[in-house]
Amino acid sequence: MKRKALAIFMCTAMAAGIMTGCGSSASTTPSEAPAASEAPAASEAASSEAPAASEAASTEAASTEAAAEAGESAADEVAKNDGEVLNIGFAQVGAESDWRTACTDSVKSAFSAENGYNLIFNDAQQKQENQIKAIRDFISQDVDYIILDPVTETGWDQPLQEAADAGIPVIVVDRMVDVSDSSLYTAWIGSDFELEGKKACAYLKAYLDAKGFTDTVNIVDIQGTIGASAQIGRTAAFDAAAKENGWNVVSQQTGEFTQAKGQEVMESILKQSDDVNVVYCENDNEAFGARDAIEAAGKKVGTDIANGDIIIMSFDATNAGLTDTLDGSILVNTECNPLYGPVLTQYVQKLKAGETLDHDSYIAESQFSADDTVTSVNVDGTDYAVTLLTQDVLNARAY
Amino acid sequence: MKKFKDIDTNKFLLAITIVMFFLMYIAGMIIFNKQGFAKPQVFLNLFVNNAGLIVIATSMTMVMIIGGIDISVGSLVAMDCMILGDLMMNKNWGAWTAMLFVLLIGLVYGSVQGFLISYLGIQPFIITLAGMFFGRGMTAVISTQMISITNETFAAIAQKKITIPLFGTMNKHGKMMYPFIYPSVIIALVILVVMFVVLKYTKFGRSIYAIGGNEQSAMLMGLNVKKTKFCVYVLDGFLASIGGILFCMNTMAGFVEQAKGFEMDAIAGAVIGGTLLTGGVGNVFGSLFGCMIRGTIESFISFQGTLSSWWVRITIALLLTFFIVLQSIFQKIKAKN
Repeated sequence: MKRKALAIFMCTAMAAGIMTGCGSSASTTPSEAPAASEAPAASEAASSEAPAASEAASTEAASTEAAAEAGESAADEVAKNDGEVLNIGFAQVGAESDWRTACTDSVKSAFSAENGYNLIFNDAQQKQENQIKAIRDFISQDVDYIILDPVTETGWDQPLQEAADAGIPVIVVDRMVDVSDSSLYTAWIGSDFELEGKKACAYLKAYLDAKGFTDTVNIVDIQGTIGASAQIGRTAAFDAAAKENGWNVVSQQTGEFTQAKGQEVMESILKQSDDVNVVYCENDNEAFGARDAIEAAGKKVGTDIANGDIIIMSFDATNAGLTDTLDGSILVNTECNPLYGPVLTQYVQKLKAGETLDHDSYIAESQFSADDTVTSVNVDGTDYAVTLLTQDVLNARAY
Repeated sequence: MKKFKDIDTNKFLLAITIVMFFLMYIAGMIIFNKQGFAKPQVFLNLFVNNAGLIVIATSMTMVMIIGGIDISVGSLVAMDCMILGDLMMNKNWGAWTAMLFVLLIGLVYGSVQGFLISYLGIQPFIITLAGMFFGRGMTAVISTQMISITNETFAAIAQKKITIPLFGTMNKHGKMMYPFIYPSVIIALVILVVMFVVLKYTKFGRSIYAIGGNEQSAMLMGLNVKKTKFCVYVLDGFLASIGGILFCMNTMAGFVEQAKGFEMDAIAGAVIGGTLLTGGVGNVFGSLFGCMIRGTIESFISFQGTLSSWWVRITIALLLTFFIVLQSIFQKIKAKN
């Protein structure tokens, strides 16, 4: 009898394990995030709006990028496929954040049957071993191209070698892969986190100059999860800019890309120091936390720095983040673009035509502000347009 | 009479699993014929992808036959991978010494768990739950970073393609594709066969079945129950570490999130393969087929290309329920007799 009870217990435990196993891996908790998600908006963005069709986004993005990249106005157009249907294997990380879902939807709608593609989609549920299996299955299916958004940066030599042996080109998106021979993959495209940071800092400098603000800039950096590539790039840009512009860095602590931690960090900083006037948050969730903390401390969040407002800067440009940008609680929000679909179709068509691709390149990303003082920023000699955020712009975005 | 019934049950459950596997596989070959499911490589990939899991499931089968359970293996695999990565990449150890060290860790892990379970009579579920937390925690303590293993010796062993110069097909990229496996597959299959022989034909193996079938009568028969149990868990820790090394040869990385839920996959494989959770009944080849059924379902989803990969879990859940119900029916029949 005892044994039977034990057996029943085991079964229940096992079933529970399977269920919770799914649950826990689906929603990457902040504590898992450090290593698990190097990805830009790995933190669960609090965005309320589900990603819509990407056509709207394409138009919007095309118009915002037009100023900066007039030469490549077609950067966001889907390249359709003529002739025989191309089989594309897409190994995606999972569906852990809105950012990731927006990325998946963008790729799915770009490689649609109407556009002449057959997309074989695989969700790895945040497990590298699943993704390795997926690559092997794609090879067995003899797909034309493989697109890989890797769960981890490491451990790709073997499966990529197998793909190379089969002559199948692999395009890596988002995270880099750390392989001994970079020719194992055909191309990589992802975000330039350092450039994002530089653009944000350049914006702040230009904004303060335009406003004639000459007092000390007492700035706080709420960092992302330490070690995530988004944190490394954005912090590096911040450090360089603070040094160059003589900003007084009051504090630099990690908010782990979450709202709760961002709030906690900001609260403790405000207790120690009274003269903070700029907060540099490394993602939108931290910005929400910082905003709440500032307001709870009886201070005002806004754009009027000369009259005691505390400026918040943020990254990712999620829907919720932009909503806050629109009402001025976030001065400038620098995008981390998840819409890889159109550019990937262009890559595939170029490969089909026998052209070579840039081995490593960055996806175009925009910057949003609800304030029209600064219309473009200059980073390392290149001008980047700053989009004036309006309700229409926000409505047109896919995520 | 009772013994006869046991073997009967054992064989019947195993037969169902094997038949089910082949039915599923043939169905796949028909449905996904155009995409190349019938290629020998797809079949070999079941082993290539799951070499580590096969070893772990083998060891899990042994533990379950004696009436125990070990849910620490997933964490132990993650810890093994992390230790391998840390030793080879950060501490410049050689591949062989690092692997030996990991095997030693497995032995120690198994000894501690085995001692607590057999000599202090603590529930294996609780002890190995502690082991599971400990392993995962230690992995994170060693490093929360991903460690990419690029040690030449280790990579050479892991990535040595063993090509079978038969059934080659020309793919559309103009490459001649021969079926291949990696050394990890051979190691896994050797362990499987050795464990089959140990369980079936040695005194130790027969004692495991006897104790799992009825601990009281095994004791009255004069078997050293405690010692046998202890040895089972030590061997289990050792095999889990071998599984960890094979797993690592597939992923070539150490990472705290690795092999999450691996123990559950192994238990599911064993149960689908006809191992009774109550002990006394089980066969390592059944567990192999259990793992292969899982792999086949994964390939189905992957070849289908639009279904959410969570269907793998849902299907496994249904299969598990089916087999558990089947087992309990057998239990009932046995009880009546």
